[in-house]
Amino acid sequence: MMKSAVEAVGLSVARGGRDVLRGLDFTIPVGEVTGLLGPSGCGKSTLMRALVGVQAGVRGTCTVLGEPAGSRALRPRIGYVTQAPSVYDDLSVAENLAFFARVLGVDRAEVGRCLETVDLADRGDDVVANLSGGQRSRASLAVALLGSPSLLVLDEPTVGLDPVLREDLWSTFHGLAESGVAVLVSSHVMDEAERCDRLLLMRDGVFIADGTPAEIKRTAGLAEADDIEAAFLAIVRSAS
Amino acid sequence: MTPRVTLAIAARVLVQLRRDHRTLAIMLVLPCLLITLLWWMFDDLPGSTFDRIGPALLAMFPFVVMFLITSVTTLRERSGGTLERLLAMPMGKLDFLFGYAVAFGLVAAVQSALAVALSVGVLDLTIEGPVWLLTVVAIVDAVLGTALGLFVSAFARTEFQAVQFMPAVVIPQILLCGLFVPRSALPDVLGAISDVLPLSYAVDAMEHLTRSTTTGEVWVDLAVVAAYAVAGLALGAGTLRRRSP
Repeated sequence: MMKSAVEAVGLSVARGGRDVLRGLDFTIPVGEVTGLLGPSGCGKSTLMRALVGVQAGVRGTCTVLGEPAGSRALRPRIGYVTQAPSVYDDLSVAENLAFFARVLGVDRAEVGRCLETVDLADRGDDVVANLSGGQRSRASLAVALLGSPSLLVLDEPTVGLDPVLREDLWSTFHGLAESGVAVLVSSHVMDEAERCDRLLLMRDGVFIADGTPAEIKRTAGLAEADDIEAAFLAIVRSAS
Repeated sequence: MTPRVTLAIAARVLVQLRRDHRTLAIMLVLPCLLITLLWWMFDDLPGSTFDRIGPALLAMFPFVVMFLITSVTTLRERSGGTLERLLAMPMGKLDFLFGYAVAFGLVAAVQSALAVALSVGVLDLTIEGPVWLLTVVAIVDAVLGTALGLFVSAFARTEFQAVQFMPAVVIPQILLCGLFVPRSALPDVLGAISDVLPLSYAVDAMEHLTRSTTTGEVWVDLAVVAAYAVAGLALGAGTLRRRSP
């Protein structure tokens, strides 16, 4: 069985004549939740778009599930949640899922299962425009779960959600990881770091740290009780 | 292209339209109201002016309405992130464009049938040729509007820009289609430009049907309009990028 869902060597992305990702080397393991953390604008979304194959101007090599990133064969195997909830406002939640299920060619029964997973089963008939922001992003997440993809790329899926629900979603991510899915979750909120098995800390298009939360804190010379934000600051300061 | 995906997109667009009562009303009722307005303007004037311009209007309104609606709708899909999501899924670019063309083509069929029924049945537009063929021309013409709308939406980055394409792409076609000055009376250069604009052929077909019972020339014009529509969709697929900056 494959150990890494993603293997990237020298991954760079140019946007508007400037490299927003600069020579990244990394792997994303199967069966773990990898957190991609960093401030807004550091390149998290661009990295995710490159993995999914919708980013132009990508250089270096990036292998996803054994195929070059962006290959046609990968499209049904990756679940992707964009930063903005990409569902149709004027359709009901269930209609949205049923539509994407037809595009993916997966069984209609998947709709109920995925709504169940994001705790929206009782809101299936509601039109998305009438949902709260959190419910909308959960509907978007449910679409990414259709067809049980092997890699989940989730761009800030928990932003603005109720803490109880956030807790539930993180346990959903871990449940999916345990079932053999590789999960990549981005966030600009550092306190989500502790919920990840492994972290990629990003700043200005490069990784400043890569490891488990405990390893990163140790490398930064901090105690286990400190938070990742402190580690982030310590690493940046020691580098400058 | 996969028929399953094309039909899924067409069905989804139709469900969205069904929810949006205001848009649906504008699409179906507005061309009828505008045609009635023009009929009323010319009603008391000597000569049968409405009979002269009626056919051109039947070609023009469905074309314009579909062009505008399509170019804005697809941009909404782009800015909402759903296009990016679809492009990351196993969806062909042609599935997306043809899905929209099928859905809007069906709406256009209803729209054109209403406009033709009103013009011929209520406003006494005199038609020598078969009325059903007039309706077919109107539908193909509306599909042309959809195709061109999809094509230009690839170039517009915002809905604001998309709306500006209307004066650039649509108005020259209206000016040169024979509505204001008969095409044969245009200066040579403008006549040549008129010859390469698809709306001219739709108007020619409509006018022919009002004057004559023969249909041979109508089918040729119809084929030209259809070819432009298919070319617009193909170019639209060519300009739609799966990977964007």
